[in-house]
Amino acid sequence: MNLLLHPIILTTFFPLIGVLILLFMKSEHKNAIRWVALVTSIVTFGFSLTLLAFFKLGVEEIQMVINKPWIQFGGLTINFHMGVDGLSILLVMLTTFLTPISILSTWTAVEERVKDFMIFFLLLEMGMVGVFVSLDLFLFYIFWEFTLIPMYFLIGVWGGPRRMYAAIKFFLYTMAGSILMLLAILWLGINQQTFSVPEIIANAGSIAPNIQLWLFLAFAAAFAIKVPMWPLHSWLPDAHVEAPTAGSVILAGVLLKMGTYGFLRFNLAMFPDAAVKAAPWLALLATIGIIYGAIVSYAQQDVKKLVAYSSVSHLGFVMLGLFALNPQGIQGAILQMVNHGLSTGALFLIVGIIYERRHTRDMDAFGGLWKIMPIYGVLTLIVTLSSMGLPGLNGFVGEFTILLGAFGSSFISPWFAGVSTVGVILAAIYMLKMFQKMFLGPVIHDENKTLKDLSWREIVTLVPLLVFIFWIGLYPKFFFDLMSPSVDLLVRNLLQAAGLQ
Amino acid sequence: MSLIQLSENLKVILPLVVLVVWACGLLLVDLFIPKERKGLMALLAALGLAVTLGLTIAQKGQYDTAFGGMITLDGFAVFLNILFLGSGLAAIALAYDYLKRRGIERGEYYILLMFSISGMLLMAQASDLIVIFLALELLSIPLYVLAGFARPQLESEEAALKYFLLGAFAGSFFVFGVALVFGATGTTSLPLIYTAILSNQYNALLLLVGGALMMIGLSFKVAAVPFHMWTPDVYHGAPSSVTAFMSVGAKAAGFAALFRILVAALPVTAPNLTMVIWVLSALTMILGNLVAIAQSNVKRMLAYSSIAHAGYILMALVPFGDPTGAQRSVGSALFYLLSYAITSLGAWAVVIALEKVNGVDSSDGLKVADYAGLGKKYPALAAAMVIFMLSFTGVPLTLGFMGKFYLFRTVIENGYLGLALIGVLTSLISAYFYLRIIVMMYMKEGEPEVRRELWLQATAFVAALAVVVLSLASSPLLRWAENSLLSIF
Repeated sequence: MNLLLHPIILTTFFPLIGVLILLFMKSEHKNAIRWVALVTSIVTFGFSLTLLAFFKLGVEEIQMVINKPWIQFGGLTINFHMGVDGLSILLVMLTTFLTPISILSTWTAVEERVKDFMIFFLLLEMGMVGVFVSLDLFLFYIFWEFTLIPMYFLIGVWGGPRRMYAAIKFFLYTMAGSILMLLAILWLGINQQTFSVPEIIANAGSIAPNIQLWLFLAFAAAFAIKVPMWPLHSWLPDAHVEAPTAGSVILAGVLLKMGTYGFLRFNLAMFPDAAVKAAPWLALLATIGIIYGAIVSYAQQDVKKLVAYSSVSHLGFVMLGLFALNPQGIQGAILQMVNHGLSTGALFLIVGIIYERRHTRDMDAFGGLWKIMPIYGVLTLIVTLSSMGLPGLNGFVGEFTILLGAFGSSFISPWFAGVSTVGVILAAIYMLKMFQKMFLGPVIHDENKTLKDLSWREIVTLVPLLVFIFWIGLYPKFFFDLMSPSVDLLVRNLLQAAGLQ
Repeated sequence: MSLIQLSENLKVILPLVVLVVWACGLLLVDLFIPKERKGLMALLAALGLAVTLGLTIAQKGQYDTAFGGMITLDGFAVFLNILFLGSGLAAIALAYDYLKRRGIERGEYYILLMFSISGMLLMAQASDLIVIFLALELLSIPLYVLAGFARPQLESEEAALKYFLLGAFAGSFFVFGVALVFGATGTTSLPLIYTAILSNQYNALLLLVGGALMMIGLSFKVAAVPFHMWTPDVYHGAPSSVTAFMSVGAKAAGFAALFRILVAALPVTAPNLTMVIWVLSALTMILGNLVAIAQSNVKRMLAYSSIAHAGYILMALVPFGDPTGAQRSVGSALFYLLSYAITSLGAWAVVIALEKVNGVDSSDGLKVADYAGLGKKYPALAAAMVIFMLSFTGVPLTLGFMGKFYLFRTVIENGYLGLALIGVLTSLISAYFYLRIIVMMYMKEGEPEVRRELWLQATAFVAALAVVVLSLASSPLLRWAENSLLSIF
């Protein structure tokens, strides 16, 4: 296959074409700029569909591999090494799927410096896809760090009143974790003589257990901040609250998944011994995160903050599933990553829609919205139910599979699963409280009486998300089929390398 | 010395000879150029540097000695010479319009610059302590003058005097060290010092003290903590175009001598000095980056940033006692210097573009707050500045990241994980103040005024482009740095 026409290359780098076009456009032509960005992201989504079309079901190994030498020095080769497998394909799809939706959501919300906004947004998309398809540690690190820059600008330039604080906090927090990972990557490069992830995984057993633990921790530092795991989550509410809607959607939908994906691809696979040892501890942090996130969510007045803290809780589930270290737990975790991207993405869009109309996100400023905006009410109800894990919608499938895996895990105590179940109940409480306060009851405030219901554009941004919310909820087999062979391979290698099989 | 021998010898220092002769010639030419057309001098000086650069590039891959072992030609020297000449060219581009604006356009400027560069060339090639001292003075004295070039202005005069006094002070440390080493081994030639040590004919204590004193002298030049006190004031007071050159050239030259002396001649002092350099490097990184946070003047911030970067390069010097380790880290230090030089010159170009010469006070246009709104008004220039700031921080897709990657790699490879850890943590600290410039440019409203001039903008944009493109295609550069070996006798 010609390298330039390789579906992975096209999916990763096509946004750059859009950026190039945008660079030569006049800033005044705002609508044209929006269209160019939207079309670019839709075409990118199209390319990711071809990626899916070429993807062979039932194959355990990494597929469609590109592997070319890139930088060579000092006896070390850095390869341009990319590929997809069951662990990453869904996340790539999620990224390319959410990007056009986010761009559409900014149509009227972003009026200032539209051109710069779109350029950063497309660059961000490239970085995120790159993270999910990179198989060389160096290449991965480049994409990983690169995503910081556009996100930093998105928060800092188009964010809310405390945007500068939030942007810098976001940047420094994330960088703090990733520099430790950089040291670990360097250590691996020097001592394993390669940056290739598959090669390092193949020789995972050759690293001494105590060193494995240090390397595991260094990688975990970067990923745990990104996820974010309790107690490293404090950047997240700030970043979310200040970020523009589209930024929040991408931040919650995709950027956080880079952290959980990192655990999955690197920590579990490269340091199996340490992963087994650390599993109870990480499961503990995950459980604390689930409960803590839920309780703090309940206490919020600001809807956006509520959704932000609910992310801490939901991603706790993902982490719990991952460190169950069995196929069920991990499959559930991957599915839950997608679910969270869809549901929370939709929630942020919903918050954005009302904020654009009323310029407040205080729950008390609303009430009885259902009567005024019935379409909005229905869509919000579905998303709310999805987020709290109602059977028949996507959240339930993911959380249920995770809890099943966590109960059956031979590495972590079933108590973690038991306590986490409370998190599901708490989620119902805080989500329903929000819905009740905003949508039910009488219309208290006069300002709300004149609110317009959703426009066609807004419906179009939400409906695709709802389609997947139902699809995954009712018939998730397709999604499990995509990931299960690779997950089986991962778990098998994990147990083997950890000397348990 | 026969004529053939002489020509053989001269061939080794041909670029240096050409540069010095050219500079002397320009001294005469300057007399005939009318006052309002001194811009011509810039052109002639640039031409001279370009010719010298061509000759230097032709020396790539050659290894030789000359003048009875006083002069060496090796990959290390050629790499640095190219760096010096390149920075010199950039410095002329930065100075051309700036001098006019400030009303200090005089022909001597370019001539002094050329003399200083010839000192640097000599420094990189010297393999005798006396010659190193000569080179040190040759490169420093013109810089003292240049620092005071904006003469009636008090800050510039203060900078010149401070630089001169502390420079002389450091120079005397260095000479004293040379004397002690001479006492310890009976020679000032680096190869002979090394042989004397090998055959065990030396006084260990004198050698150690001598080595340490020379190290102190050179630490002044590279601005390592705690010998950095002069840097902020001098960088701040000197005309910006001089500071730009000083922060790159003088620093690289200091490192050239440090590396050559310690790696080639004095590895025997390693058991005692390794720890000292370790501490020096750690202190420099920590202090440089921490104090930079508190600066509100961009020139001072960049001064502290340049101190911090000296700390990073010092990391590469730590394993100087181990021949294979040292050889590895020389390459990483060279590469780091190169990435630092390009980034730094670019950043200074932006600083100069914003500097106001007829402002209310001398820091007009130089405060961090003066960068507010640059992203909106001059998007291209602001984007270039973003690239430089990210490169200084060491964020991927910039040359600065490749430099740090290579550097940290050799540091870990040589077994100094702790130092590498300090290195990455201080990089994190540095992110804070580099980001502040970006915050100002893009997230605050303001009406910045920018000097739009061809050469200034060209320098900024070429440097920005180089920082990004060379990081994507860094293989050739990395290999060049890696193969630029320092001759060990």
